[in-house]
Amino acid sequence: MKKIKYSWGGRAIKPVLDVTDLKTVFHTQDGVVHAVNGISFHLEEGELLSVVGESGSGKSVTMMSLLKLLPIPPAEIASGTVMFEGKDLLQMELEELRAIRGGKIGFIFQDPMTSLNPVFNVGFQIMEPLIEHMGMDKKQARARAVELLELVGIPGASDRLDDFPHQFSGGMRQRVMIAIALACDPKILIADEPTTALDVTIQAQIIELIKELRKKLGMAIVWITHDLGVAAGISDRLLVMYGGSVVEHAVVGDLYKRPLHPYTRALLNTLPAEGSGETRLRSIKGSPPNIGAEPTSCPFAPRCDHAFERCHNENPPLKRLDGVHDVACWWDVEKEAPRHDS
Amino acid sequence: MTADAETLVRAENLKVHFPIHAGIFRRQVGAVKAVDGLNFDIKRGETLGLVGESGCGKSTAGRAMLRLYELTDGRIDFEGVDIASLGKDALREMRPRMQMIFQDPQACLNPRMTVGDIIAEPLDEHTKMSSKEKREKVKSLLESVGMNPDYVNRYPHEFSGGQRQRIGIARALALEPDFIVCDEPIAALDVSIQAQVVNLLQDIQDRMGLTYLFISHDLSMVRHIADRVAVMYLGRIVELAPKEELYKNPKHPYTKALLSAVPVPDPEVEKTREHIVLKGDVPSPANPPSGCRFSTRCPVAQKNCFVDDPEWRKIGDGGFVACHYAE
Repeated sequence: MKKIKYSWGGRAIKPVLDVTDLKTVFHTQDGVVHAVNGISFHLEEGELLSVVGESGSGKSVTMMSLLKLLPIPPAEIASGTVMFEGKDLLQMELEELRAIRGGKIGFIFQDPMTSLNPVFNVGFQIMEPLIEHMGMDKKQARARAVELLELVGIPGASDRLDDFPHQFSGGMRQRVMIAIALACDPKILIADEPTTALDVTIQAQIIELIKELRKKLGMAIVWITHDLGVAAGISDRLLVMYGGSVVEHAVVGDLYKRPLHPYTRALLNTLPAEGSGETRLRSIKGSPPNIGAEPTSCPFAPRCDHAFERCHNENPPLKRLDGVHDVACWWDVEKEAPRHDS
Repeated sequence: MTADAETLVRAENLKVHFPIHAGIFRRQVGAVKAVDGLNFDIKRGETLGLVGESGCGKSTAGRAMLRLYELTDGRIDFEGVDIASLGKDALREMRPRMQMIFQDPQACLNPRMTVGDIIAEPLDEHTKMSSKEKREKVKSLLESVGMNPDYVNRYPHEFSGGQRQRIGIARALALEPDFIVCDEPIAALDVSIQAQVVNLLQDIQDRMGLTYLFISHDLSMVRHIADRVAVMYLGRIVELAPKEELYKNPKHPYTKALLSAVPVPDPEVEKTREHIVLKGDVPSPANPPSGCRFSTRCPVAQKNCFVDDPEWRKIGDGGFVACHYAE
């Protein structure tokens, strides 16, 4: 897959993270699963990039692959480069990579109950990266841990350091997770469905918090979600993933106003529109694909209303259209005709 | 709702408390007041949406409506018969008329039974059909939920989440019930599959004249499917109104906050929209706050809200609210 040159209206940009042609496969008993098929994207300083897709679209696996957080084997990162501060993360020795995990790149996971260790108090868990990565002593780390808990809005921070994860509610646990991820002033924060397990009112609290933290700390964020509503409110740019590939990439306003991939359109259409009075929801027929082989056709073709012959024979590459809008589709939804330019 | 709508199910002062036992003698030291005094009715052919955050008691309420939990207090009238006080045999006779669709289609289907056996089980229990009749019935049920009737001999693990939910729906339809409690039927499904299942539920409702209690935390989906919506908070319904009224003109401060917390898939709207972000967490139902239950998180609470329990009163056009200051 050819790499897209980055520019915003002619201005060249400097990405903090630059991923090219990433491929991840899983070797399972039932054969090889091609979870990520040649994904390229970049992340700018201080921006929030949302990665949207259904379960099984490969969004989490992509992000886990960046820091080799997957069990290898069965997983295998078959190809690709992940450039961060001039170095390829995928070529790094484990020791070197470990200094980056939880240090310069922080991770927030979906379920705060299973990602916090139940037998250590939260103070220990926040102090661990500080001592490990920043070389602080215990006293400094403790003071910083209190600061961090205050930063993420946990009342009575200094008293709560000695509490265990089960003594916190779901929303509070997610705040603790965010505090841990922020402990070492990361350049990049990767948040994997951080609000999916939470109720809407708690989700609203966490989103507010992330917005505030962005203003204060200015790190770049990758936000993985399946909720197009959440993504609309916080993103600068979006990647839409389907069947292990990026099918559309655009800045937030563009994507919602002018979705160009049939999958993105269908996804936006399935959401019940406010007061539309429509009696039926528009559903997408069929179900998401099993990716047992490298795609030789468009992965969305079997469910697509516009699929024609070429879609079943050739996998469309991600192509730059006008401005900063990329789409991987042989069909031009606006002209209602096959794309001729490719 | 049609003009000749009559009440099919009515809950009166519905309470379900779960005892807490402690100490060596396992003495009861308190109770989790999961559902603490609900009043509502559901009209024939209508869909009542029941929304709320996790732990507010909406699932417990749904199960209690079918008497899957014994009530602590109150009554449930099903066509005028109080099912809360029915004896075992009489209750069993009522059972075929009310069914349930569960949240997790993985957990509610027995992995050792074939799809045919799963759907036929209610027929075995409640009818005297011959096995041939049953087989025909199962096939027609599978067809009616949009599945291939040849799948009868397959096992649940061979199906995707959306298909499993269809099997769960087919089982609920087997006895041709009047009333179905749908307990978060789409929460475990992917966005693109949710719409399929919701459409199916609506088609079946139109075809068979079913009445639904649709429990969900997804406010936009409830807006789509329900006729009236009840909002629960900490074991109580705080507001109940026809859906357009509730979504356009919410009266209770909790409803307002809940609606403003739902993200809208439109960046332009999101930028300009006012968000009411509630502070803190839902209090424990074992020890609910005195006065109004929402008082501890309410942005507009006054002094008396912490003392006086607001009464359940009529408001607007066909709505109810439990708040001292809603108007």
